[in-house]
Amino acid sequence: MPLKTKTPGLGLLKGLGITLRTMLSPASTQQYPHVRPDLPPRTRGVIALMDENCTVCMLCSRECPDWCIYIDSHKETVPPAKEGGRARTRNVLDRFAIDFALCMYCGICVEVCPFDALFWSPEFEYTEYSITGLLHEKERLREWMDTVPAPPALDEGAEQPAEVTAALERSESTRQAAIVSEETKPAEGTAVAPAAASGAAAKAPDVHVDDAGQIDQETYDKLIAEGKSERIARAKAKAAHVRKRKQELAAEADLPAAEADLPAAEADLPAADADAAEARPRAADIHVEGGEIDQETYDQLIAEGKSERIARAKAKAAWVRKRKQEIIDSSGTEGSSAAGDEGGTE
Amino acid sequence: MSAVLSQLAVTPSILDIDNFWGAVGLKILLILPLFFVVPLVVGYMEHKVMAHQQDRLGPMEAGPHGTLQLVADGIKFIQKEDIIPRAADRWVFAMAPGVALVPAILIFFVLPVAPEVWAEDLELGLFYALGISSISVIGILMGGWASANKFSLFGGVRAAAQLIAYELPLILAAAAVAIQAESLSLVDIVNSQATFMLGNTEINLWFVFPQALGFALFYVASLAELSRPPFDMPIADSELVFGYMTEYSGIKFAMFLLTEYGGMVSMSALMTVLYLGGWQIVPGVPLPGCDGAGGIFDCGALGILIGGGVTLGKIFLLTFIMVWLRVTYPRLREDQLQKFSWTVMVPLALINIGVVAVGKVAF
Repeated sequence: MPLKTKTPGLGLLKGLGITLRTMLSPASTQQYPHVRPDLPPRTRGVIALMDENCTVCMLCSRECPDWCIYIDSHKETVPPAKEGGRARTRNVLDRFAIDFALCMYCGICVEVCPFDALFWSPEFEYTEYSITGLLHEKERLREWMDTVPAPPALDEGAEQPAEVTAALERSESTRQAAIVSEETKPAEGTAVAPAAASGAAAKAPDVHVDDAGQIDQETYDKLIAEGKSERIARAKAKAAHVRKRKQELAAEADLPAAEADLPAAEADLPAADADAAEARPRAADIHVEGGEIDQETYDQLIAEGKSERIARAKAKAAWVRKRKQEIIDSSGTEGSSAAGDEGGTE
Repeated sequence: MSAVLSQLAVTPSILDIDNFWGAVGLKILLILPLFFVVPLVVGYMEHKVMAHQQDRLGPMEAGPHGTLQLVADGIKFIQKEDIIPRAADRWVFAMAPGVALVPAILIFFVLPVAPEVWAEDLELGLFYALGISSISVIGILMGGWASANKFSLFGGVRAAAQLIAYELPLILAAAAVAIQAESLSLVDIVNSQATFMLGNTEINLWFVFPQALGFALFYVASLAELSRPPFDMPIADSELVFGYMTEYSGIKFAMFLLTEYGGMVSMSALMTVLYLGGWQIVPGVPLPGCDGAGGIFDCGALGILIGGGVTLGKIFLLTFIMVWLRVTYPRLREDQLQKFSWTVMVPLALINIGVVAVGKVAF
């Protein structure tokens, strides 16, 4: 038993001292609706969906402890990429919904997604007066994607991700093609950008390359020199060869070169489909520092009678989209085709 | 003998104008703001001080920094349904808040606020103040009994027991002041503090210095009288729901609350008058414009305003300490409360009164 050695009543005075000190130090209350909270950048606010990346593997839906992810899909047959090839089936996402009324924010879906389709976004202001409003369909989940912070930077001297290398390669070859097309058709050169933009959405005419099995030695050597595996180098070199051939054919056929490039990108799907999918720099790969709101969108939403919070969140997303659009537009022809895609999803 | 009689003579207030009804109107104009506005300010201060001592902000929405929170609360209380339990004794139940509230108002009639500003200077002012403040507990007991609820009854009985236990040290401490001031008139007590000198020196002292023990006893006893934490056993939310207020709602509940805050103000004002020299700023320093006895009477308008401000400042300081104690200390147990009163407070109060009496004769 501890002996009472201290002055009696000292504890009472200490207690008074503590309350007085607390009173004189600033309160830790956050005046939330008036003052925005200062949250860590990777706060788990809401789950965003990059639906382009979703392959309907259903892992997230199955792992979800609350079963709050609803996925519907159908299969589509993709015609053979190469002549004599075999038709393939592909899952097309029809519905992807997360019921945030059930979600317990465990993040297992984000962890388990093998295709980088689900992300945490720090936005948290999506409360509703009706519980049914908490069921976010894939369009809504896609909007949250604009608020996802960029992935952490790679270590110093790290190898560039394969898709970035591929995208750089693609843009280089397009630039070459643009030069070729300008040489052949200077009058149409100015129309390349819009044509490419629409070309991404519309089905471009097929151009068949006869000697698809060949490889482009230059690309192959370069990739091997960069330390890529023999298999990847071969696949990419094959694709590069097909692209080159197509450019030549297109130039011969007086087609705008950039447009001819696009079917070429599809043509090398079996060989290097990651390459093709990542060829166009997408809006999601560009990081834009968010936080500002797009006044026009905001005013419009308010005029439509949306709540102030919803309008703010949407206007923020709109601002980020606009900024991204500007960046894409300024990054040239290749970018504008991606921007066309982006515009199409809205 | 004539000197004693002249000291007992009632000092007129500046509110005593020739027209009787005019004087009554002026006095009501003095008392009602004191009772209805100052407790609101104290209540707001309690909200804010408690909040900041608990590391939060308190009311922030009604008015700038929540200054109108209690006004909003008052409007809310008026709108609420007035529920009377079916088993309740209707008349007693309905009258209880009034019986508690009215004495809390009546105390203010004898409290001197500033030089020449008081409603009535009774010869038995101290006796009146202590006597009438004890009536409030009858209202509390009525409410506890008439609610027909065991928690209310517990609260009411605890309040009665607490009043009996703590009335004694309170009165004994006040008696020591009356002995030293040779008067029961509150105005005379203020006056005698302005002229009280330490021994044969020229150092002016308030009664809080020679009677520090008495002041501490009076302060603790008045906390218990007001059922303020750490002596809030009659309410004791964790044991008795809300004690004698359990069944009350709406305006009646608000009246009980106002009684508590009005009691805080009146008890603090009483302590200001008895121990802290009333409207004197510093012992021995006359107020500007005052040339009466002790430099605290016959003042101009400026002196009256400053005097009123000083009194209010002392009241707010004392109520701040009440809030501070509330936040810091946990509630006592009922047996601890009784034991503390009868074995600590009462003997100390008797010692205090003895020491003061001996000192009075010796010097």
